[in-house]
Amino acid sequence: MLSRRTTAAAIAGTAAVALVLTGCAGGSSEPTSSPTSSSSAPSDEQITLTVATFNNFGYTDELLAQYTELHPNIKVEHTIAATSNDARSNYFTKLGAGSGLADVEAVEIDWFAELMQYSDKLYDLTDPSVADRWLSWKTEAATDKDGRLVAYGTDIGPEGICYRTDLFEAAGLPTDPDEVAALLAGDWDNYFRVGAEYVSKTGKAWFDSAAATYQGMINQVQAAYEDPSTGEVIATENPEVRAIYEEVLAASATQSAHLSQWSPDWAAGQANGDYATMLCPGWMLGVISGNAPDVTTWRVANAFPGGGGNWGGSYLTVPAQGEHLEEAKALANWLTSPEVQLQAFLNAGTFPSQVALYDDPALLDATNEYFGNQAVGGIFADRADAVTVAPFKGPKYFAINDAMVQALGRVDIDGTDDVESSWAKFVADVQALG
Amino acid sequence: MARTVTGDRPVRRIGFTQTLNRWDVKVSPYLYISPFFILFLITGLFPLLYTAYVSVHQWSLIGGQGEFVGFDNFAFTLANPIFWVALRNTVSIFLLSSVPQLIIAITIAAVLDTNLRAKTFWRMGVLVPYVLTPVAVSLLFSFMYADQLGIVNNLLTTIGLPAVPWHSDAFWSHVAIASMVNYRWTGYNALIFLAAMQAIPRDYYEAAAIDGAGPVRRFFSITIPSLRPTIIFVALTSTIGGLQIFDEPTLYDQYGRGGNDKQWLTLTMLIQNTGWRENGNFGRAAAIAWLLFLIIVIIALINFSITRTISRVDATRVAGARRKQKEVAR
Repeated sequence: MLSRRTTAAAIAGTAAVALVLTGCAGGSSEPTSSPTSSSSAPSDEQITLTVATFNNFGYTDELLAQYTELHPNIKVEHTIAATSNDARSNYFTKLGAGSGLADVEAVEIDWFAELMQYSDKLYDLTDPSVADRWLSWKTEAATDKDGRLVAYGTDIGPEGICYRTDLFEAAGLPTDPDEVAALLAGDWDNYFRVGAEYVSKTGKAWFDSAAATYQGMINQVQAAYEDPSTGEVIATENPEVRAIYEEVLAASATQSAHLSQWSPDWAAGQANGDYATMLCPGWMLGVISGNAPDVTTWRVANAFPGGGGNWGGSYLTVPAQGEHLEEAKALANWLTSPEVQLQAFLNAGTFPSQVALYDDPALLDATNEYFGNQAVGGIFADRADAVTVAPFKGPKYFAINDAMVQALGRVDIDGTDDVESSWAKFVADVQALG
Repeated sequence: MARTVTGDRPVRRIGFTQTLNRWDVKVSPYLYISPFFILFLITGLFPLLYTAYVSVHQWSLIGGQGEFVGFDNFAFTLANPIFWVALRNTVSIFLLSSVPQLIIAITIAAVLDTNLRAKTFWRMGVLVPYVLTPVAVSLLFSFMYADQLGIVNNLLTTIGLPAVPWHSDAFWSHVAIASMVNYRWTGYNALIFLAAMQAIPRDYYEAAAIDGAGPVRRFFSITIPSLRPTIIFVALTSTIGGLQIFDEPTLYDQYGRGGNDKQWLTLTMLIQNTGWRENGNFGRAAAIAWLLFLIIVIIALINFSITRTISRVDATRVAGARRKQKEVAR
């Protein structure tokens, strides 16, 4: 009797332990923070540098191990946050607290201006070795009012259009990337017109969601939410914003798959063929091949409506609160060097912001096996050339854009509001930012 | 101690020992419990008061303390419709989780209290969901509740029912989040109830059975009234926990901001959004935190009086039975 009870308890205990372990496995995909290594050390002492990024920067363990080979006394630890939103709240919380940030922290372009308000809390990275390394607008945005360069550019997000050849074929549309590029070249009206044709032939969705498409459109506006000269919030009065809001929602009523970006449904939609096209910055290629590993029909078209477009792109910063500032600066310098960024691009499709690479055959001829061995390096180099507008993103850009994404979601995804009532809520949200 | 005092010692010394003795009896218990209260002062009361101090100032996440603004932050919060939406969501999720949870927990406890084979296995079994981290549970459930491709909606549509709008409809999002909370906490509460049930003297049940009371009658007339202090304890802790709910709604979608239309934005999430995410306004966040504290105190008091009245009527009957039993024992 006793033995049976003990056995039962042992089984239950084992089950509990197994569940704890699975619980941990599930939890480990969450953003984690790692404490910065303490104790300042001379440069030949054993130290550990921490690097914090988000999504997929292409910094594989093998890539980081190369740095340890070059500098045997330095070990590099890498933590990855799931989304840019997570990384942002982590960054600002710990910047305010004055401790806890990694030695090298990645920053996304959308909240970079917000961070630049506190550029005195970042280490000065000015260095002769990095002069003229990046596109000029990338460097200018990272230089504060005292002329200190506080961030090193990693990638930019020139956008093309990703599409599925099987879905295009079913609708009687061309499938060859060059023909599709010709079909989609033009303005947004043209993109939505082709979409309407696709929907009428197949009854299926043309793009993933209004908010994702809006992202591409708003990044073509020079000053969408804030006045560059005064910093005043103009988002709710800017006719351009309102016009894009209306245009994208008018199209999404029939053409959207109503799948919220980054949701499980959205990711599954890339595998299931729930939508035929989506806006595609270089870094999105890695996202698609990760979400739909078995699909062989995703291709990228060398075209973007309304001219070029840039979505995202990041910087590396060295918070001044760190213990090993010079070592961290050297690491950030190495990570953003053209040679290493090229490796990162080959790993994750993060298109370089380093100008030296733009005529490098290693980049231009780079192909992507998942995308039918298309020469994606050359395609995104063309897309980068097409970008004519570097939109102004002030301190409140991120919060306002977040409110806009929710406003679009209320109409497009949830259906809780119509165009007018959702706009009214957007206006209230922006005013509450105060 | 007084026994060891002999006649050759000075009288004054005896008096002092006695004084010490008296102090020992009077003061020592407080000394023994003081570490908790000293710790509470540092980790509980100080943050509470400091939050109050922050709430009457302009205070930015990175810039730090600004001007004194009196009750402006409170006035802004009370006039902000989002605060009231968050309060509605919090209370709704709290009710949807606490009430079914208590009822199911007591039922499970009653079943576990019967003569089962492999008792320990079943008892540990109900605790298994509790050892999972809330983050893991939330991730798991958010996949199950995905609107178009989630398991739950797939099952519903397979048997011909309409798919439930888990994310766009406020009520259904509350149901989904409450189910995550219940999944984790029901077993834990069931074990607490089980422990209390096992402390009920078995003679009551035997006596009642001899008097002809069926199992249902015994459950409602003996078990429930005897569980009164436990029910109050569990109701209070789940009130406090339920009103501070954060992990589950935050991880319910990929953005963690409570839905496009604030469908499942709770008060703790609003505190985080205000203080950290949107514009780093610590003053307003502190004001919401204080309002939440007051709301919890009020609801806990209401809860306390309700649970007391519910089980009072029968409790007097049990107390009477106890008195009788004592007389018999004499």
